[in-house]
Amino acid sequence: MNALEYANPTTLKDAVALLGPSWNDAAVLAGGTDLISMMKDLLVSPRRLVNIKNIAELGGIARKGGALRIGAAATFDDLASSAAVRAEFPALTEAVLGVTSPQIRNMGTAGGDLCQRPRCWFYRTGNGLLAIKDGKSLVPEGDNRYHAIFGGGPAYFVSASSLGPALVALNAKLRLVSAAGERTVEAARFFVSPQTPEQREVDLRPGEILADITVPLVKTRNFTYEVRQKEALDWPLTAASVALTMDGSRVKSAKIVLGHVAPTPWSAAKAEAFLTGKSIDETTAAAAGDAAADGAQPLSGNAYKVQLVKVAVKRALLAAARA
Amino acid sequence: MSSKQDDDIRTKSGGRFSRRGFVKGVSLSTGVLGAAGVLEEEAQAQSKVAVQGPGLTPIQLDINNRPHQVSVEPRATLLDTLRNKLDLTGAKRVCDRGTCGACTVLMNGKVIYACTVLAIDAQGKKIETIEGISQGKPHPVSVAWVNNDAQQCGYCTPGFVMAAKGFLERNPNPTYEQVKRGLGGNLCRCGTYVGIRKAVLEAAKTMGGKVTGGGNA
Repeated sequence: MNALEYANPTTLKDAVALLGPSWNDAAVLAGGTDLISMMKDLLVSPRRLVNIKNIAELGGIARKGGALRIGAAATFDDLASSAAVRAEFPALTEAVLGVTSPQIRNMGTAGGDLCQRPRCWFYRTGNGLLAIKDGKSLVPEGDNRYHAIFGGGPAYFVSASSLGPALVALNAKLRLVSAAGERTVEAARFFVSPQTPEQREVDLRPGEILADITVPLVKTRNFTYEVRQKEALDWPLTAASVALTMDGSRVKSAKIVLGHVAPTPWSAAKAEAFLTGKSIDETTAAAAGDAAADGAQPLSGNAYKVQLVKVAVKRALLAAARA
Repeated sequence: MSSKQDDDIRTKSGGRFSRRGFVKGVSLSTGVLGAAGVLEEEAQAQSKVAVQGPGLTPIQLDINNRPHQVSVEPRATLLDTLRNKLDLTGAKRVCDRGTCGACTVLMNGKVIYACTVLAIDAQGKKIETIEGISQGKPHPVSVAWVNNDAQQCGYCTPGFVMAAKGFLERNPNPTYEQVKRGLGGNLCRCGTYVGIRKAVLEAAKTMGGKVTGGGNA
């Protein structure tokens, strides 16, 4: 890790003033569960760290108006123990509990989860987000067992965010604050599939801090189901977050968002359309799973994810219907 | 190494050769040059908040209920500071990337990876390490570890014991399944998980479902 400065502001205004116009000027330090490792590997070498854990206005989880506000610095442990989150959004609670390490849950934050960099091993070994070498991507011919089956490139990494699919399914909004002002972005638009090596995977600009997440308190049946290889200390292979607005026993509208299968949380539009007007049972849930997997473009080593998508969607829907 | 240097080291570490004492001495003497006034001025122009580093910065840590003054660069992790500056070598440096749990300590009663927390960031928090958990006699978790053969090579043990202590403080009467999930942040490459889970259940019993033990608990 390179030497760096450290600042510990207690207001958001002071924090954004300490950031700079380029990514190398300063990095935002929240839980640090990934950032510090990335600095050790010299994947990022900011000149300054701005700790945001002591900024009271960035913490807390509370109902506010017709929404639940989650401070970006709220930890996964805060989310896991929030009765409000559990009551309204089991999709979020399940995604949080999927992070099985208590040590990570105690430090890792909601904002950090959304802003964390991809886990793609080509990226993590210094080949850039698009893993381009000698003019072409290393992914299709390399070991791509954990890579994307949707999107079709040029980015093949998968979004590492645990909360992303659930927040997209729940129509959450993110507030981004900089010294120049603030803007609000829909969770679905925050995640970006980069088209050039310079582009990032999230719509966050240098000098900005993700301040909070707002999830509208709309009554839905929602759930997240993750398929994983190991029970602990690993990312899911595939995840599905669903949020169903019901009209009696029938689905009025459905949101079905897949995780770990594309560079962004991936909305399964065909499955959403299929479910409209139907009730949820084994047959319709399985058919929705098939529809969600439709159009997948697996690489040489990850065709197994197509089946996992079907299973994850089916199980998430059945659990949501019971919830 | 000349015998004269050896003598110096012996003097510094109280008559006993200590590699860590040596390392500590060297880093303190070089760090004096690192204090940066220019960067601080630049920062103050932008914000009233003090910017520290990148050179040695004096900090105070509350470890095992005792204050420790130490100078660190802001980039120093809590783990490296414990091990290299404070001679608290119980927490182990294995993956150093927050994925194995060998460096687990408690911070304000919660389990954390000391390798992914900066020492400067741990100020004002109550840190509890494996060195602090026995008060006169071994902690019930340590005793249960011995009784259940819950280790082989022992490298993961201090982290696992701290993870178990932190877990039991929040879940005094756990089921086997809860123990399994609750220790999901630690790895044992020898594969002694069965013994470890039995040990945690036994410790829960001997602790009588109550939070006991020393340190900051």
